[in-house]
This record gives sequence, structure tokens and C-alpha cells, in this order.
Amino acid sequence: MNSRLTEAGLFLDRVTIALDGREIVTLTRRVAPGAVLTVMGPSGAGKSTLLAYVGGFLDPAFTASGRAYVDDVEITALKPEARHMGILFQDPLLFPHMSVGGNLMFALPQEVRGRRARRERMCRALEGVGLAGLEERDPATLSGGQKARVALARVLASAPRALLLDEPFSKLDAALRAQMRELVFAKARESGLPVLLVTHDVADAQAAGGDIVEIGG
Amino acid sequence: MLTRLGPVLAIGLLTAPVAFGLAGTILPAFGFLPALGGTGFSLAPLMALAGEPAIVYSALMSLVTGLVTTLVSLGVVMLFTAAWSGTRAFARVQHLISPLLSVPHAAAAFALAFLIAPSGLLARMISPELTGWHRPPDLLVVHDPMGLAMMAGLVVKEIPFLLLVTLAALPQVHPARTRALIAAMGYGRIGGFVFGLWPQIYPQIRLPVFAVIAFATSVVDVAAILGPTTPPPLAVRLVGWMNDPDLSMRFLASAGALLQLAVTAAAIGIWIVLEKLTARLRERCACAGLRLRGDAPVRWTAFGLMLLSALTIFAGLATLALWSFAGLWQFPDALPASFELRNWARVLPHLLDPLLTTLIVGLVSTAVATAIAILCLAREDEMGRPPGRGALRLIYLPLIVPQVAFLFGLQLLFILIGSVATMTALILAHLVFVLPYAYLCLKDPWRAFDRRYDQLAAGLGKAAWRRFLLIRLPMMTRPVLTVAAIGFSVSIGLYLPTLLIGAGRLTTVTTEAVALASGGNRRVIGIYAFLQMMLPAIGFAVATLVPALIFRRHRDMQV
Repeated sequence: MNSRLTEAGLFLDRVTIALDGREIVTLTRRVAPGAVLTVMGPSGAGKSTLLAYVGGFLDPAFTASGRAYVDDVEITALKPEARHMGILFQDPLLFPHMSVGGNLMFALPQEVRGRRARRERMCRALEGVGLAGLEERDPATLSGGQKARVALARVLASAPRALLLDEPFSKLDAALRAQMRELVFAKARESGLPVLLVTHDVADAQAAGGDIVEIGG
Repeated sequence: MLTRLGPVLAIGLLTAPVAFGLAGTILPAFGFLPALGGTGFSLAPLMALAGEPAIVYSALMSLVTGLVTTLVSLGVVMLFTAAWSGTRAFARVQHLISPLLSVPHAAAAFALAFLIAPSGLLARMISPELTGWHRPPDLLVVHDPMGLAMMAGLVVKEIPFLLLVTLAALPQVHPARTRALIAAMGYGRIGGFVFGLWPQIYPQIRLPVFAVIAFATSVVDVAAILGPTTPPPLAVRLVGWMNDPDLSMRFLASAGALLQLAVTAAAIGIWIVLEKLTARLRERCACAGLRLRGDAPVRWTAFGLMLLSALTIFAGLATLALWSFAGLWQFPDALPASFELRNWARVLPHLLDPLLTTLIVGLVSTAVATAIAILCLAREDEMGRPPGRGALRLIYLPLIVPQVAFLFGLQLLFILIGSVATMTALILAHLVFVLPYAYLCLKDPWRAFDRRYDQLAAGLGKAAWRRFLLIRLPMMTRPVLTVAAIGFSVSIGLYLPTLLIGAGRLTTVTTEAVALASGGNRRVIGIYAFLQMMLPAIGFAVATLVPALIFRRHRDMQV
């Protein structure tokens, strides 16, 4: 048990999620920084439920036990906003009432102080996904691929402890999908973030390169 | 947490005034009102009521008015939706009708009166060429003894309301798919809709239908403007007694309010029986497999009636506006000989006080109601589930209990604590009616919000209150402002609550307009009614323009 406290990364410790007394997920796994754990299963198997549990927004209809840690912190003891779990959904969900830059500035931690410093960080984050100079744009005017990149830049800008990916590539077309996969996993490795990926696409799992867990079915 | 206050405030505001108000009406109806010397219980007020001339006739008229109005307006809405939903014509008519929802009942009633009166616009258009009339004929078109004008006035106002609630329920039954499925079995449009879709839609609009019955059985303003006078419908007589300087008439008025409660309950009871009978008839037809394919005449009739109801109000409103600027306008000229601003200049000084009251009460009650509705919905988000059926019934409570039945008692309560005719009391009374609409109109757009935005923001490390203020509220700007505009228009249109709680000392453009009805000065009525219809329109314009302006650079916030 002690080894848990010294090892870095995301640790799911006997996580069990049940609906109406029926267990749908039972999992104990460790994900090292920069590594990916892929959870696969048919739709409705409870993949997204697992992400909701780790993120802290499990529907009250479910009951869950177990714990999740990142590094030394038990995140399941924290409020959702204190967990710093960066989430990517299959839709980019850019805030429509903010500019591209506004979306990123909203995500930057409060510890980054000063307008200039925050702007600079925002611009660098955009550069990091190959979208330098788009900060003033309305998200609605971006292409699908650009939106996906902004969503990635936004989640990275928030300095998360881990990434939760909820089928983030499923709505992109084939060429874009391969590109985004590469970019997301590269960024996660670069920042040393443990990644929890749920998908039903085998290609996602292969590209992720990490362990694969099958649930449901 | 602050959000816990939402449901508490809402339940308090919806039930307490109705409960206390009913008590304050029922006790005097049995002779108990210590302030006026009634210290014991007796049946004297009820006996006095029974002795009033033609009281049974008044009560029956109220009952019939409520049932006929509801039957006709719901029938038109059902047939029109059945025949035309999903078509381009439907969308057009829907756009034409929706703004009419915000027109106060009194303004719509005046609009109709100005159109169909013997000296109204319709008679002028065809006189003297077709009719030979050189002076207005001596016909009782408005205030007709059968109450047809009153029912027509109510029908044209309830149609937009019922259409809107039907439209809100429609998407949940997947109309396009189901319609295709039923059509493939060879059913006509209307038959297929009534057999296949209406049974799923109706339960969702049942409470609004009851609200229409309750309103139409107890309406005062429309009845005073268009209804019979010898004798008037029950509610009009009650308000007359209530406003009698002889305070002992309050016992009689309260007894009458009790009768009103019974009349409305009876109307709803009869309606429930009608529901059962028509459902049985529908089932029989459906089981017999009646295809009802030759429904073209019915389809076109429904279309015609819908259009007629909308155009009636529009034409009437235009006539009102015309009168407010009219100089000399002799019968049978179709248009005034001249236009002038003198009418407005003369009325304006008298207008300012009621206008100010209207605005303050409207804006404050709307702001409070919208805030409480938001708190309730935010609380639902926290709880993770919408409230049950019981809570929804509670929200309809002030709309289904006839207004006179509890407003009498509420007025009494305010008199006893010395706060009748204060701004606070008036705002409180308006809140009782604005809050249900605010909640009902906001709940669907609020729940349609994609919760993943909130989860995402939490993942970005934002606390709940920041997510609420920086993400949820800004993204909800448009529905929230629209709801505020609806609330404002409800407040503007409220006649009886303003009359009773304002006690004649606080007046709004609506109470002033109705008070002018008997006087018959068309120019002055035109001005008040014109304002009545303009104020809600301005509210909706603001609700449309402000988000468009704020979010002019954000395309996804435009629609």
C-alpha cells in the first residue's frame, strides 16, 4: 500500500461503480505520467461513467466506492473544481460567448498573474497547437480541426493533474483524427500527464500505446 | 447555499397568498369578519347571495363562457397543429401568432371591440355602400346578452397561449417520425394526429388548459369590456360588490367569491368528464381503423380560423392606434379626417403616474421572479433531478384557483396589516402570477443547457459560483431575458390583482384602460390600450436586441 504514495501518476484504487445495485465498472489500475490507460467497451457499458466518477460529476443515480489518486493526492476526496482533471469530450465545447483567447485565459490558473503574463501564456498555448494569432477569433468561425485544437490548448492551459478523454476523436474525420491523436498523446507525454481514455475505437487504443481495459459486454 | 432559498421562496410565494387569500375569502362568506363586526358564523351572506337577482344566470354564464372558450380555442389549436405542423405554413402562422401572447387581455378585448362594434372599423369599411348605414346601427354587438363577443375576445387571446404550450410539448413526441409512420398506414393528417400524437401531447398541456378554464370562468377585464351587462357574468358582479363603499357588501362579495370557486371547480369537473368521453370516442374510432383521409375541408377551416384569430387582433390593435391619433373621425368614414397628437398631449399628464407604477411593479416583480426561477432551477441542477408532479401542480396553483376567490381575502389581509395599496403589496401580488410563468418558460431552455460545459469548467478548476456566473448565466442570457420579457408582459396585463391590491390608489395603464371602458372615449381608450400593447412589445425588443448587441461577435450565441 505504501508504494502508492511514492509513485507518481493516476491510481484507481478498487473503484467500483454500480447502478441499482448492479456493478458496471470494477477497476484497480495505475497510469504513469505520460502514459495512457484505454478503457474500451460497447456504448452504454459505463465508460463515460468512469470518467464522470474520476472527474467528480457522477450522476447521483450511481453509487461508487473506491478511491482515485493523482501523485499523492486523493482526488476523490476533493470537489470537482479542486481535482484539476482536464477533460476533453467528443465535442470541443468552446464557450460560445468568449473569444478563442478568452477561452484559454479562462482556463489559465489564477496563479498566473498580470494581464501581460496571462496573455503571453495564452498566446504560447495557441502556438503550441499550431494556431498562433487566432486569439481574437470567435470560436464559431473556426474549422472542426481548429476547434479541437483550441479545446486541447484550453485543457492544457489549465495545468491539469491528469487528462480524461471521452471519445475525443470520434467526431473528427479520418485524416484529422490521426493528427489529433498524435497531437494529444504527444502533448500529454510532453507535460507528463497520466491519461485516462475511453473509446470504442480500436485504432484509438492502438495509437495510445498503453494498457487496455475492457469493460461491459 | 443560496440556491436552497429558491424552492422555499417559490413555494412560499405560490402557496401562502393563495392559502391565506382563500381563508380570507371563505371566512367572511360565512359571516366571520371581526373587523366589520362579523364575530360569529352564519349563512346570512350566502342567503343574501341567493337573493341577488339573476345570480344563477350570472353563474351559469360564467360556467358556459369558460367551457365554450376553452373548447373552441383548444379545438382550433389541436386541429391546426394536427393539420399543419411540420409545414412551412405552420411556421409562418406560428411566427404571426407568438407576439400576440404578450398582448394583455384587456388590450385584445378593446381591439376586438373597436373592430366589431356597430361604429367599429368593420362597419365603417362596408358602410354606407353595402349596408346603407349612415349612422351606427342600433345593434348590441359588443356587450351582447349571450356573451358571444366576450367569448370571442377570450378565444383570440387563449389561442396563442394554447398554441405555444402545445408547441413546447410537441418535440417530445417526435412528431415527424410518428407522422410519417401513421401516414404510411394510410391515415389522414388530422385523424392520424388525433389518434397517434394528441394522446401523448394532451397530458402535458392539461394544466395550462385548466388554467384557461379557470381564467375564462372568472375573467373580469374582458367581461367588463365585451361581456353582457344585464346581468354581467359572476366575477364582474363580485368586483362591483367588493368596490362598493358600503363595507358590509364585503360579506356578499365573499359569498359570491365562494360561488365563483364552485363555478370554476364545476367547469373543470365537467371538462374532466368531457376528456373521458372524447378519449373513449377517439379510442373507438382508432380501433375501428377509421382512416379519415378526406379531411381537406377541416384542414382549411382550421387554417382559416387560426389566421382569422390572429388577424382580428392585429387589425383591432391597428384600429386602437389609429384612434389614439385620430382627429375628427365621423361614421362611416373608413379613416379619420385628420391625425393629431392633441389626444396624447391631453392624456399624457394623467398617464405618467399609472405608467410609472406599471413600470416599477412590472420591472421589480419580473426581476424577483426571474431570480427565484433561476435559483429553483440551479437547485434542481444540484439535486440532479427535476421536481416531481406535485411541485408542478403547485406552480399552476395561482393560475388554476380563480383570481377573485383568493384576491378578495388577500386584499383583506393587506388591509388588516395596513399595507394595502403600497408598492410592496402590489409587487408581491404580481409576483404570485409572474413567478409561475417565469419558471415554466425558463425550465426547458435551462435544462437544455449542455452540462458538459459545466463539467469542463470544473475540470479547469473553477468553483461552482464562478461556473455559474461566468459560463452558465452568460450562455443563458437570451432565454433569461426572454423569460423576463414574458414576466413583464404578464405583469402589465394583470388587471384584478392590481385593482384589488392597488385599491384604486395605485393604478396601472391596464386598470386605467379598463376603467375607461364604460366611458366610451375612444381616443383616450386608444391611447391606454396602445400603451398596454407597446410596453410588452418594448420588453421583447429589448430581450432580442440586448443579446444580439452583447454577442454580436459570437456567432453561436446569435440564434
